[in-house]
Amino acid sequence: RHDDLKEMLDSNKDSLKLEAMKRIVAMIARGKNASDLFPAVVKNVACKNIEVKKLVYVYLVRYAEEQQDLALLSISTFQRGLKDPNQLIRASALRVLSSIRVPIIVPIMMLAIKEAASDMSPYVRKTAAHAIPKLYSLDSDQKDQLIEVIEKLLADKTTLVAGSVVMAFEEVCPERIDLIHKNYRKLCNLLIDVEEWGQVVIINMLTRYARTQFLSPNQNESLLEESTEKAFYGSEEEDTKDAKAEAASLAKRKPYVMDPDHRLLLRNTKPLLQSRNAAVVMAVAQLYFHLAPKAEVGVIAKALVRLLRSHSEVQYVVLQNVATMSIKRRGMFEPYLKSFYIRSTDPTQIKILKLEVLTNLANETNISTILREFQTYIRSMDKDFVAATIQAIGRGRGPPPCLNGLVQLLSNRDELVVAESVVVIKKLLQMQPAQHSEIIKHMAKLTDNIQVPMARASILWLIGEYCEHVPKIAPDVLRKMAKSFTNEEDIVKLQVINLAAKLYLTNSKQSKLLTQYVLNLAKYDQNYDIRDRARFIRQLIVPTEKSGALNKYAKKLFLAQKPAPILESSFKDRDHFQLGSLSHLLNAKAVGYQELPDWPDEAPDPSVRNVEVPEWTKCTSREKRKEKVEKPFYSDSEGESGPTESADSGEDPVSEGGGATMVAQGTLCSGSEEEEEEEEEEGSREQSEDEEEEKKPKRKEKEGTRKAAQGS
Amino acid sequence: MIHSLFLINCSGDIFLEKHWRSVVSQSVCDYFFEAQEKAIDVENVPPVISTPHHYLISIYRDKIFFVSVIQTEVPPLFVIEFLHRVADTFQDYFGECSETAIKDNVVIVYELLEEMLDNGFPLATESNILKELIKPPTILRSVVNSITGSSNVGDTLPTGQLSNIPWRRAGVKYTNNEAYFDVIEEIDAIIDKSGSTVFAEIQGVIDSCIKLSGMTLSFMNPRLLDDVSFHPCIRFKRWESERVLSFIPPDGNFRLISYRVSSQNLVAIPVYVKHMISFKENSSSGRFDVTIGPKQNMGKTVEGVVMTVHMPKAVLNMNLTATQGSYTFDPVTKVLTWDVGKITPQKLPNLKGIVNLQSGAPKPEENPSLNIQFKIQQLAISGLKVNRLDMYGEKYKPFKGVKYITKAGKFQVRT
Repeated sequence: RHDDLKEMLDSNKDSLKLEAMKRIVAMIARGKNASDLFPAVVKNVACKNIEVKKLVYVYLVRYAEEQQDLALLSISTFQRGLKDPNQLIRASALRVLSSIRVPIIVPIMMLAIKEAASDMSPYVRKTAAHAIPKLYSLDSDQKDQLIEVIEKLLADKTTLVAGSVVMAFEEVCPERIDLIHKNYRKLCNLLIDVEEWGQVVIINMLTRYARTQFLSPNQNESLLEESTEKAFYGSEEEDTKDAKAEAASLAKRKPYVMDPDHRLLLRNTKPLLQSRNAAVVMAVAQLYFHLAPKAEVGVIAKALVRLLRSHSEVQYVVLQNVATMSIKRRGMFEPYLKSFYIRSTDPTQIKILKLEVLTNLANETNISTILREFQTYIRSMDKDFVAATIQAIGRGRGPPPCLNGLVQLLSNRDELVVAESVVVIKKLLQMQPAQHSEIIKHMAKLTDNIQVPMARASILWLIGEYCEHVPKIAPDVLRKMAKSFTNEEDIVKLQVINLAAKLYLTNSKQSKLLTQYVLNLAKYDQNYDIRDRARFIRQLIVPTEKSGALNKYAKKLFLAQKPAPILESSFKDRDHFQLGSLSHLLNAKAVGYQELPDWPDEAPDPSVRNVEVPEWTKCTSREKRKEKVEKPFYSDSEGESGPTESADSGEDPVSEGGGATMVAQGTLCSGSEEEEEEEEEEGSREQSEDEEEEKKPKRKEKEGTRKAAQGS
Repeated sequence: MIHSLFLINCSGDIFLEKHWRSVVSQSVCDYFFEAQEKAIDVENVPPVISTPHHYLISIYRDKIFFVSVIQTEVPPLFVIEFLHRVADTFQDYFGECSETAIKDNVVIVYELLEEMLDNGFPLATESNILKELIKPPTILRSVVNSITGSSNVGDTLPTGQLSNIPWRRAGVKYTNNEAYFDVIEEIDAIIDKSGSTVFAEIQGVIDSCIKLSGMTLSFMNPRLLDDVSFHPCIRFKRWESERVLSFIPPDGNFRLISYRVSSQNLVAIPVYVKHMISFKENSSSGRFDVTIGPKQNMGKTVEGVVMTVHMPKAVLNMNLTATQGSYTFDPVTKVLTWDVGKITPQKLPNLKGIVNLQSGAPKPEENPSLNIQFKIQQLAISGLKVNRLDMYGEKYKPFKGVKYITKAGKFQVRT
């Protein structure tokens, strides 16, 4: 097998080798086994032709795990590549080396990663960050050493590395939140320039970090909410204002002040709501939902609604999250109510989610609009959707109009619609004091026509439960049902028995014989549940000499006040999962899910985030920078002197030696490294030419220090 | 992160698989097939499926399912967005994202997937970087390659990956310096039975094609927009402070911004529809009569009008006459398509006739809703205008062009 391919791989011509490799890759792509070619392929790992080489890498990574011994032959090539003067070749060598899942080379990989982590090229450092989770999944014993590397890379100041290293952090040691402290402000400031995938990972991680380090901005929420609820009922506004003030004063014994770092995070993530990447928008949205003060959360609604225009899969995920958010923060999405209106061309799963959101958004003012919209949906051809709509109507707030709307549906031509409405009406009636005998009468008439078992059962239950409100009709219904008893479905039969029992207890004169008849029929039913029920009920309600003490309480047992069912959204309380996560979507904890911690009661020490040694680049918080701008200011010549540097660390008392360290760092730079640094800066400068004022002084300062370095 | 990817066609064949970590057996897709069967419709397949050992996150694009295998917690949108980016890249490279195109270019596909993810984490997704790494196939190149044996893999190293602006290739040179902007607006609307607007908003995008040598800065001055999302090249600070778009353009085609003008601002609806659809009780037939006409359009003609209607299941056939254009009715899917073309206000296009129903079937409950498509050239319905387009830092004068077009988005008329 594959002899021709082997021959081609052994030939001297690159074009033949390439052709062979292409055919092999096509085999791999189709899922066919090509592992017997391993020796022939691995020989070409050092091939000069770049495409052959790449395809060999593809092959190697795919089959190395199965052919460990042979794979070792290729290692030396990569080790050589790691020393190449070209950064891109170093990076690609590390990338392939770390992808080969052969446990024997773990020490080699570890060494390579450590070296690459201090490479002067940020691209190689990024690759090192990518390699960390690979090694970790191969050998989790390396954890401690890998954490050291992660710690080192977290301190990196380039945007290229930031996303990748946080990814590694999340996979290897998400519990080591302490590693983030020193880098928190830097990450916040770099965030906007990080590539989009990295942004998602960083934002999610920072959400968790903030939950452990800052105080809840909504501490007073519960108290306030109570008083706003009151505002609906109470007419005098001043009253509630007083109450609010009172509640506030109670809660604000220790006034809440947001940590400036908390504010920094919120401020720096907000622009990302305008990202073209839906995942980034969602990440920011969940950050705001979990971390922002209630008054500020609203900004995310607009961005989320915008995502609804995207692919249907994106819609699906976004709507799930909106459904959860809209329960807790209804007001946020109310202005966008119409964006959730349903089109007949939407897929059913999208329709049902939109329905969920619409229902959550219903309140006294918009309920009539929503119900009118629902009326349109009920005529849809999509029957699953119609059923869902009726359930949604049942869940809608503001009972009276709902009920009327539903009763109208009872005369609908479609049986499914009627059946579904009966079930919902049953639930609604149960929640309200029973003064709706008209509706019950109407439903009683329906028993002649409705065939859907669940609906029939519901009607019977209702009549039984409220038989005292319809004293004339109830026995008649029982008469009809007794006639058709043998042809009914099981759930209907059970309800017939219940109805009979309840009537026997309230109106035994009219229904005694009927009940006996029904119970006799049930006694010989095929279903043992029904036989059991009949036997049980007979003992309970028909007084005989043997029947015990329970007989007296039969009426209490059957006609007790039953608690109304609670109709609530399946999305309630889903927000205990971090929004936007897989776990939230599945409503179950996914593997590797990091619990979103509760706010701490006492804020942990904020000074841990202070960076002691003044750094070359962005690390100080904005406030500090602004402060600098206002200061009379270092000209270039001033910058040469050490002490000005300590101004950078302004409020930080520890940094006495700041200036000195700075100079020392400067002198340490070897020629090549400095050039590299300079190149990088050049790039960023061109990009940020006309960016905010604030950066300017810093650049001056940098130039200043460079001079200082040269001077010394 | 993303463990493996399977591409599956509509008949359920797995025609491509790629693993970024250790190999996952194809049998994991059985769970997907199960869900697919349950969903009946392709569009109702849940995008996220949980299986005992893995999670499957899938998208459906151009008759292909992209099914990715996930093992640990990851934001689902992250994966979905990435998969769409993959499909976009295929589209960009092969002109279409079809099974045949992918099969024909399987090596390039594999090389692309290899570069896009490293260990399941996105590495290079920017089309400019990818094109530097792997050249897209052209007929000329494939001929040349077969003769000379040279390859599609770029021999230059992808310097774009190192730069701060990954969307732009280094050292781009053109003889003609051009910059084109297409302002495309789509009207999403729901019109109710009586013709009043239930919901309407404008979704706009500015697609750009920029071929300029060297680094440049362009300025555009759109009127205040309500809700915008940006290509990463746009400097947010500048937008915040001055409402000006300032950017270093990517090379070639890209979407500069997309925006939404929401229903609060009044959206002008450019067409109206008069309709009379009715089904008679017990007669197994019905009447169908639809007329489309233009509303005030600032003197522009409405063209490319197409109406599609999903008729109820009970409809057997339709016997219609159109005063303009042609219509087709597919008796299997029950979709009526009427290709109208241009609307001339003097003679309004009309389609009417008889609907034949299955005999004995109950009269359909609901009248079908009408989906309308149309196009208006040289008009941005929201009134958005590009005011100025300036370039900084370069000596030459580029050719600049701005084009406007308004289309129907999800435009639905309830009847």
